Amino acid sequence: MSTLAHVFEAAGMATIALGSIRKQIESAAPPRGLWCDFPLGRPLGKPGDPEFQHRVLDAAFALLDSPEPLVTEFDESIPDDGEEMLACPLPPRHDPDAHPAIDEARGLRTAYDRGLEMSNGRIAAGRVVQADDIPAAIEAFIRIADGTPWDEAGIPGLPMRVSQDIRGYYETAALAMVDHAPPAWAGTRWFLDATETGKVLLAARKEMERQEAPQPMWFYLTPGDR
Amino acid sequence: MADSDIKALTENLPPPDFENTAFTTPPPLANATVAVVTTASLHHPDQDDFDPGDTTYRVLDGTRRDYVLGHWSPNFDDTGYAYDMNTVIPLDRLDELAARGVIGAVSDHHMAYAGNQFDLSTIKMDSGPAGAKWLRDQGVDIVLLTPV
Repeated sequence: MSTLAHVFEAAGMATIALGSIRKQIESAAPPRGLWCDFPLGRPLGKPGDPEFQHRVLDAAFALLDSPEPLVTEFDESIPDDGEEMLACPLPPRHDPDAHPAIDEARGLRTAYDRGLEMSNGRIAAGRVVQADDIPAAIEAFIRIADGTPWDEAGIPGLPMRVSQDIRGYYETAALAMVDHAPPAWAGTRWFLDATETGKVLLAARKEMERQEAPQPMWFYLTPGDR
Repeated sequence: MADSDIKALTENLPPPDFENTAFTTPPPLANATVAVVTTASLHHPDQDDFDPGDTTYRVLDGTRRDYVLGHWSPNFDDTGYAYDMNTVIPLDRLDELAARGVIGAVSDHHMAYAGNQFDLSTIKMDSGPAGAKWLRDQGVDIVLLTPV
């Protein structure tokens, strides 16, 4: 992003770059940079909190008063404890003959449709796998977890994009089941650690690594520290 | 899984190499037109999504609010954006600042690139300058850059 700051500034516009990673924004040294110690994915800090977002913007625009390049920091941090998880009810078993992950995904469809409306589809399925096809995409990862070679399992697209649609499907459903702004990463932790499909994805990732699939094919199925 | 662990994976990536830091003095904020440029790979549903390695940009219509998150990396929280688009592209907040006269105007157009690129040369030499010229030609004075 700091590359764009340099380029846009050179084109005659004043830029202010928000940055979430201190070392990155300090080493990239954009013309004006504001390091905000907020969780990744939340450059304005707090969803649903206009007052806080205005504070960030006020600090950002204040950098325009500097007569020379400047990187500074916002005066409040938003910590992530690494543990908070959404408390979303999972649907009861409906089809005992279906794999638990498939049954679960089907059971979340009503919540997904509601979340889709609430979020205007911002992170929804549909980039490569439509919502109707999410159970079939999960089946491909079940096959991998059971030992099928990853490139014969029928993943319906680039693995990282398919997993992104599955995660988006679950997190969109989760939005409909909570009545507040989710804490950072709490939805992802819920997906990976509390759902059957999350367990499948983690198992498939491990199996793809064991099968010596190219590293980007398995590594980006989940956040990198998993 | 903690945010700090994810940040540690990328904090030592080499920075972009610029011999000099460009610096533009903007008009007074109250007279300036402001746009948002994000590296979150946002796009409208009727635009092409961003592939990994995509160095092109999408022009975002400021009168619409249907911005799909296309960033391929799993290494950021996306529920904040799903809950409130202003977490990444704060157009409602900028509209409020314009209504109060703090900024001159909000641009009719904004722009998105795909962040997390390993080869920055194309953005540095081609698509970056092209996007910058396009926004400048729309009368934009100040750009707020947001990552994910």
